[in-house]
Amino acid sequence: MNYPSRLIEDAVNEIAKLPGIGKKTALRLALHLLKRDEEQTRALSDALLSMRTQTQFCRQCHNIADGELCAICSSTKRDASLICVVVDTRDVLAIENTSQYHGHYHVLGGIISPLEGIGPADLHIESLVRRLQQASEQEPVREIILALSPTMEGDTTAFYLQKKLKPTGVKVSTIARGIPIGGDLEYADEITLGRSIVSRVAYD
Amino acid sequence: MWLEKLHLTHFKNYEAGSYTFGERVNCLVGQNGSGKTNLLDAIYFLALTKSAFQNQDALTIQHEADFLVLDGIFRDGTRRTQITGSLQRGQRKVMMADKKAYDRLSDHIGRFPVVLIAPDDTDLVRDGSEERRRFFDGVLAQLTPAYLDDFLQYNKILSQRNSLLKIFAERNYLDEDMLETYNEPLIALAQRIYEHRRRFMEHFLPLVGRYYAYLSNERERVDLIYESEVARPDFPTEFRKHRSRDLHAQRTSKGIHKDDYVFEIDGRALRKFGSQGQQKSFVIALKLAQYELLALEKETQPILLLDDIFDKLDDLRIHKLIEMIDSGSLGQVFITDARPERSHRILDQVAADVRFFEIGKSYE
Repeated sequence: MNYPSRLIEDAVNEIAKLPGIGKKTALRLALHLLKRDEEQTRALSDALLSMRTQTQFCRQCHNIADGELCAICSSTKRDASLICVVVDTRDVLAIENTSQYHGHYHVLGGIISPLEGIGPADLHIESLVRRLQQASEQEPVREIILALSPTMEGDTTAFYLQKKLKPTGVKVSTIARGIPIGGDLEYADEITLGRSIVSRVAYD
Repeated sequence: MWLEKLHLTHFKNYEAGSYTFGERVNCLVGQNGSGKTNLLDAIYFLALTKSAFQNQDALTIQHEADFLVLDGIFRDGTRRTQITGSLQRGQRKVMMADKKAYDRLSDHIGRFPVVLIAPDDTDLVRDGSEERRRFFDGVLAQLTPAYLDDFLQYNKILSQRNSLLKIFAERNYLDEDMLETYNEPLIALAQRIYEHRRRFMEHFLPLVGRYYAYLSNERERVDLIYESEVARPDFPTEFRKHRSRDLHAQRTSKGIHKDDYVFEIDGRALRKFGSQGQQKSFVIALKLAQYELLALEKETQPILLLDDIFDKLDDLRIHKLIEMIDSGSLGQVFITDARPERSHRILDQVAADVRFFEIGKSYE
């Protein structure tokens, strides 16, 4: 693509580095900003910069936080005896939106995949084990819920976590896999359907 | 099952080309370098989602072009299926059946069975075990979709485990639990794949013996031995015992990726003691046995691609292959030859419908 100005080209190239944004969209965004008040661009860049420099990670669960502890870990209304293990902040948001869960979280920060150079030591796994060991006697952790994607890497990570958590004696469970609500049986893939039959649920 | 139409765009040396083939014998003639073998390769690509001769997909795109498209109409009785394969530089390869893209390329493999007999097949005898594994994996993948699934998964876990060994070596630590996380599924898959291969060999071996005898008119006894450490009942223990060697080599030293297939003639290694002719007969017997198993399993005759056989085989073996074509035990056949007068002479004896195609004439 030929750009009328070097400055626009630089901006487009930077914006196009973001996931899901191609050169054309980047150019549209850049031209849009040029048309608006300078103030708007300043507000955007300030917001981005503050986010990048001031965002902290919760020292307990590694979720994004404004202070040392995130809003969930510092809330008195949450059940600290339940910990849900997820890959990143997006998963926390997804589960929060269900309004079905009132425990704490533990954000791993990724998934084990040696091919991409990510070993267990690169994730917040040690801190999860420590967290369980340090849980006070008055407030012991009852259960760890693994909420990882049912991919090969997700399963590997779950399997490894099970091994690591076993010595702590805490109950470990994983979220159920099965047919989506409103889904049609005949359109379900055979692996999912097969798993749903194996892990069927009895009526009480 | 047969290929009725083929259209190529920017595939190897083809700018563009359109062909309508016959249901039985199609003879592709033309000078060396005109693209006869590339046409066979295009058929192979449409059936098996990749080139038979080129491991790197991008190199099958015509020089200086950005993409390739192969489009074929396969016929099976009254059913017609349009298969399209396309590849754009820097993007993922797409295979489509009747204009609908496959989610996974592996779902396509085996739907349109094809067997290729090529001049360099005897490399199977002479080269290392990797070539032989590649050949048998290809055979099994076309034959049994479940094999391909297990095989792909095994390779994925294997490369994860090998990368993990590298991480351990680079950062100088060891996490037993992590290693074990890969050991368990890897061992289970290795045992399943071993079982696939072993059972396949039971059906395959008698066919190879039969075709060898048919092709050579000789009395030697041929044998094909599948060797695998996974066969041992203590394989899981052995696998784990090699941990320190694995760590040192940064590679997994035990598993089905170390299997081999030993070719023997009268109890001796074919590679060392077999004559050129015996080696050729052996590999053609392998391919014909593959053809018969595929035909049985898929309940349709595969497409047979014969690359340059008139030049590379002696009269007896050519005669035997022609006899098979004539008897109707082979379905659609494609033959390449650089010397049209020779192929005319040989194929004129064939009662079946033979069509000749002059390759490279109209496009050069």
